[in-house]
Amino acid sequence: MGCWKIDIFDKLTILSDSAKYDVACTSSGVERSGKPGSIGSAAKAGICHSFSADGRCISLLKVLMTNVCVYDCKYCINRVSNDITRVGFTPIELAELTINFYRRNYIEGLFLSSGVIKNPNNTTEQMIKALELLRNVYHFSGYIHVKAIPGAESELITRLGLLADRMSINIELPSQESLKLLAPDKTKESILRPMGLISTQIQEHSTDLAQYRHASKFVPAGQSTQLIVGATPDTDHTILTLTEGLYRKYHLKRVFFSAYMPVAEHSLLPSIDIKPPLLREHRLYQADWLLRFYGFEAKELLDEQNPNFNLQVDPKCNWALNHLEQFPLEINKAPYEMLLRVPGIGVTSAQRILTARRSGQIDFSGLKKMGIVLKRAQYFITCKGKIMQGLNITSDGAIRALMADQYKLPSPYPEQLSLFNEPFITRKDVQQCLTVPI
Amino acid sequence: MPDSADLVYAYDGSFEGLMCCVFESYELREIPIVIRHPGVPQSLFDTAKWIETDEHKAERVFNSIPLKISCQAQELVKLGFLTCVPHKELLIYHFLRLGFKVGNKVMTMLTDDTVHTLLKAVRHLTSESHKYKGFVRFSVYGEVLVAVIEPKNFVLPLLSQHFCNRFQNEEFMIYDKTHSMALIYQSQKAELIFVDELTLPDVDRTEVEYRQLWKQFYNTIAIEGRTNPRCRMNLMPKRYWGQLTEFATTPTIPTFPAAALVKRSQFQGKS
Repeated sequence: MGCWKIDIFDKLTILSDSAKYDVACTSSGVERSGKPGSIGSAAKAGICHSFSADGRCISLLKVLMTNVCVYDCKYCINRVSNDITRVGFTPIELAELTINFYRRNYIEGLFLSSGVIKNPNNTTEQMIKALELLRNVYHFSGYIHVKAIPGAESELITRLGLLADRMSINIELPSQESLKLLAPDKTKESILRPMGLISTQIQEHSTDLAQYRHASKFVPAGQSTQLIVGATPDTDHTILTLTEGLYRKYHLKRVFFSAYMPVAEHSLLPSIDIKPPLLREHRLYQADWLLRFYGFEAKELLDEQNPNFNLQVDPKCNWALNHLEQFPLEINKAPYEMLLRVPGIGVTSAQRILTARRSGQIDFSGLKKMGIVLKRAQYFITCKGKIMQGLNITSDGAIRALMADQYKLPSPYPEQLSLFNEPFITRKDVQQCLTVPI
Repeated sequence: MPDSADLVYAYDGSFEGLMCCVFESYELREIPIVIRHPGVPQSLFDTAKWIETDEHKAERVFNSIPLKISCQAQELVKLGFLTCVPHKELLIYHFLRLGFKVGNKVMTMLTDDTVHTLLKAVRHLTSESHKYKGFVRFSVYGEVLVAVIEPKNFVLPLLSQHFCNRFQNEEFMIYDKTHSMALIYQSQKAELIFVDELTLPDVDRTEVEYRQLWKQFYNTIAIEGRTNPRCRMNLMPKRYWGQLTEFATTPTIPTFPAAALVKRSQFQGKS
């Protein structure tokens, strides 16, 4: 027993170390009640069980089934040409680990990925075996996120999907050219085909479910993907347009971005001592939120002339500064869609404004109570026709407030600034914004 | 209504008791300036008016909330009573006064101080309870799971449904150290009981090993190049760390840090 555990300890170390570059760790999207005779349930909003030293949520036991891989993707730590120890979990080891972590409430479920063992089909079969054991023998009904292996047969992907809550296929590289260069074993087609398949299956099964109550559920929490940012010269515009396309065409639940973390020395990749473009990744997430919850379209945020995000100002603030003709907005009259476009007002606070308007006029102190970030919003709104009292038009404070982001960042990102091809926001911009006639 | 400047109500600390305070105030047309729960020490010349808990009266007040205000208001009052906001009794009392006056509209008065404070307190409660759905850490003692928490708000009633549903076939206890209460689930039944102090036996070897596996996973999964302690602290404030397995020092069996393991493996080549 003790010997087995030491063995497991090493395996867990290696296989979680190799899995950590997958960003997704959410456990959201499906509500499932517990059942007598089984262990586990799922919460629609997802539950974070811990946060690692890098500030990322830990919700799932994120491991590879094995780090053996026949592919040679240049950016990947598990590429066949990399000289590392290769190990793998047996289905029983994986199930024991999951159940024992789950019972202690360490995790919300399992995130299973794998290197490609012999070929995609063989790998998928192994994963099905492991999940079948967990679901049918251990009666685990917690959350399972599984990675589909590009190139596996449709029938196998379907079987895998019936065991999981969420499935993902990582695109990783945002363009065909980059794929050819850095992941020679993968093609755009081999990634998009299963993605299309999953999307169709989800729709078919939800129609079945509407008709037959006991129809089986196919990845009820939907599918997601991941794009690497900064390994290739692809612009934010390319990435965001692709993201929008994925949401529309494949109905993806989430697109994750991963700042490229150098794990390999290669002439085609950025230097090994480059810092990951964390700020750029952050801007992409902000824009992703704008697409999903704020009613923005990718083309409103970026275009061919401005293909990259302004690193000084967040995308929403940037948009607002470029559309001053639409401001200031009267809080007591503005429609919901426009409230969402004000910097400093989020989905929750916009909804609160709508609620509060039903019982009377709102003033600035009321906005503050409702959680509106006046430091940012003040330049774009009026209450009962008036701008905020004491709003100092000429002070440096205005610029600083709008630039607040950069003061919050933990460290400077010098390599990012070279990408910066837009003029820094000027005092004139802000003044212009403030002096719009009311 | 006459308003005697120094009217103090004292009640037994139960939710029903608080409802009776509301009843008393309406029946005698008087407005208390303090509603005191039993935990507060009283002075020698105590002039507080003791409000006896009467289930019938409590029910009348409680049932009138959905009729005169709304179901959401009733829920808010129930949750408000579990919060740790100072003078929650008076806050709930004022909220109900306002609600009985203006009706359902009170739920939209987000800029009103009373409503705002109560909503904020309840948000604090629900967000803390949501956090604990993840941060509760069970240890296995024989067949029983035991966890200790130290929440600011009284979150156990909110956690009960989640954990009982998730671990239907288990037997478990979550001990709330702050409020000296415990949620106990056994034979498919849950109850909340008063527990003054809890002494736990030593854990067995399997438990120690799983704790270590978890700690190892926790440390391995972080990406070094992205270390961001401030972000972690915002999402998981230090006050939770005390009961988290990943930060606890446990008796050890030999461990290898991830980095050392990778280095060692380089000499072994591929297997």
